[in-house]
Amino acid sequence: MTIFDWLQIGLYLLVLLLLVKPLGAYMAHVYEGERTFLSPLVGPVERLLYRISGLRGDEEMDWKTYALSMLFFNFAGLLLLYALQRLQGVLPLNPQDLGTVRPDLAFNAAASFASNTNWQSYSGETTMSYLSKMLGFTVQNFLSAATGMAILVAMTRGFVRQSARTIGNFWVDMSRSVLYILLPLSLVLAVILVSQGVVQTLDGSQVVRLVEPVRDANGQTVNQQVIAVGPVASEVAIKQLGTNGGGFFNVNSAHPFENPTPLSNFLESLAILLIPAALCYTFGKMVGDTRKGWAIFAAMTIIFVVMLSVAVWAEQGRNPAMGFVNVDHRASRVQSGGNMEGKEVRFGAANSALWATATTAASNGSVNSMHDSFTPIGGLVPMWLIQLGEVVYGGVGSGLYGMLAFVIIAVFVAGLMIGRTPEYLGKKIEAYEMKMASLMVLVPVLLVLFGTAIAVVTPMGRAGIFNPGAHGFSEVLYAFSSAGNNNGSAFAGIMANTPFYNIALGLAMLFGRYWLAIPALAIAGSLVQKKKIPISAGTLPTHSPLFVFWLTAVVIIVGALSFFPALSLGPIVEQLLER
Amino acid sequence: MGRQIRSGLVLLGLFTVITGIVYPLVVTGIAQAFFHRQANGSIITANGESNGSELIGQPFSAPKYFWGRPSATSPFPYNAASSAGSNYGPFNPAFREAVQARVEALTGSDLDNDRAGVPVDLVTSSASGLDPHISIAAARYQAPRVARYRGLSVEQVNLLIDHIAEDRQFGIFGEPRVNVLQLNLALDQLK
Repeated sequence: MTIFDWLQIGLYLLVLLLLVKPLGAYMAHVYEGERTFLSPLVGPVERLLYRISGLRGDEEMDWKTYALSMLFFNFAGLLLLYALQRLQGVLPLNPQDLGTVRPDLAFNAAASFASNTNWQSYSGETTMSYLSKMLGFTVQNFLSAATGMAILVAMTRGFVRQSARTIGNFWVDMSRSVLYILLPLSLVLAVILVSQGVVQTLDGSQVVRLVEPVRDANGQTVNQQVIAVGPVASEVAIKQLGTNGGGFFNVNSAHPFENPTPLSNFLESLAILLIPAALCYTFGKMVGDTRKGWAIFAAMTIIFVVMLSVAVWAEQGRNPAMGFVNVDHRASRVQSGGNMEGKEVRFGAANSALWATATTAASNGSVNSMHDSFTPIGGLVPMWLIQLGEVVYGGVGSGLYGMLAFVIIAVFVAGLMIGRTPEYLGKKIEAYEMKMASLMVLVPVLLVLFGTAIAVVTPMGRAGIFNPGAHGFSEVLYAFSSAGNNNGSAFAGIMANTPFYNIALGLAMLFGRYWLAIPALAIAGSLVQKKKIPISAGTLPTHSPLFVFWLTAVVIIVGALSFFPALSLGPIVEQLLER
Repeated sequence: MGRQIRSGLVLLGLFTVITGIVYPLVVTGIAQAFFHRQANGSIITANGESNGSELIGQPFSAPKYFWGRPSATSPFPYNAASSAGSNYGPFNPAFREAVQARVEALTGSDLDNDRAGVPVDLVTSSASGLDPHISIAAARYQAPRVARYRGLSVEQVNLLIDHIAEDRQFGIFGEPRVNVLQLNLALDQLK
């Protein structure tokens, strides 16, 4: 690693850290309904929305109403997106004249965007019209992110309130997430991205003359380059901020029009972790003890930094295929070196590894390099981060409510070990909370392992594999890990645009999203009824370094025990083969 | 619940308008007004003709031009209507063969090059298939060949590379690099 790699990574972590408190505090104000600097501008719009939709802003919901509203809203969004794709052939804003999307692919994309997964079975520039991307993808990018944030806020209220029944109002929490947080941030980011060269137009493709004509696969001479453009910046900004990750183009943020410069790359990778990291502070502030938020943030950061170092080291090293030829892969002043297959020169190995780690620590799933072409260990890092349940910062909202499930498990196990009543933030953790937290941890594990097992024993599943050997298994394992945990990135060699994968992965995404969201709300519904126990000598501190270490250990141990056997068949055996 | 359903449907409609129509159109308006060139693809024009985009690479294979990264797009390399990476795993035999063939093509045509090895970015395909850049090492590696085919001195070509080369952004971000299309257009203009 060169000094510049360290510098860029250090700067990334520093800027992230500096933004956690101001943004986190701002979001806490928003969710507590207090005035913020945007209130004069956004307040009237918010009130107008409530008036038109017949809402009273102060009306509260119990957890079941909250969950049903959330489910209904997401289901309606899914149907709308499905319909848009099926009808795009006859709808406007389709300058490339793209036809109707096949039913299985339309279902997959609709499930994917509604569940904040944004798995790309589609190829952006050759399948989806501008209208589908604007009215469909961009809208769901906002709404699925806002849904995750709302659920987290509701769960937080379960810890804050006592002897109560209600946990907030879904419509209000969701609307505020969009209007006060996601929309202003996206607007700013989108404009900066355009200044760097991200395109933003409603016109059709650009056509230019090639300097040197080229022959295509059929021997025909090609004189022109047709360059796909579109309303890209507006979609890219929210796909990064909302941990969505579904690209405008097939190759996502590796495409020069989605991510043209090192600065755009820095901002886009910062946007991946920005809101999830800041929500830790929001949580701490809302529960009245910011140390609790920082403790969780610390546990996440420890795992992140370790994984990041491994990934950068692996990708800065040599691709095994280069062992037999005279290739210079060493980093120097004139080249980034490293494993450059599936990477872009402007980012180099370090920025590609940084993005891969961030996008899978969060449930973003956008890419600026091709994970399928990573070295075995370099590819293991993103895959395992996904499998840990995306609780290292994680998705907006969903990452922290997933981590809170691990917190519940951690205090429960610690309580059992030393014979004290498990409690967190003054709330007793009992059998019901433990059952729900276990569901949140185990459902994705089941989806990933059973999904992979079914795919590799059926001809339909094996037909999609691209790379031979252990790497082919990794492709399938990565696909189900990604879908079951709502990530959306891929070992993209896999041919997943088949009815089998579209439906299997679509279902995995829906189960992986809502079977976590509903238990999270159920925990909130149970905790909110309980009284707070006053702090005593018997209370385990949940903000000490010991707790941070313990929480980190629980996440790692659960992730290792669940996935070590499967990983052994994929990246681990591949790494061993090299020797 | 009936009231919630009605509120939900109305909100879905309103947010579809706000985030799906108003937001992208506002960004488009600002982009077209203030960053017209970037928003439309950073197109390079000379003599009223579009020669390509600054940000999108083009295929080059003639020895008098600098060659860019290998591209995995189909049905021809650098197809900007359909971006794609190779997705070759590190142990895929097809990948190993492809690398070997590229190394041979380069060492065959750059015989007078005394550098130790072929820079890695010249024999590995980019993520997008449209990478406009090569490393500075990769440009210098090809300089003797280009100089020979154009009747220039290697120093002249190296000077041109240094002129076109971009440093890390703000001295920190990204990697030093050379835009292949701009380098080749500049070469064509030398004469």
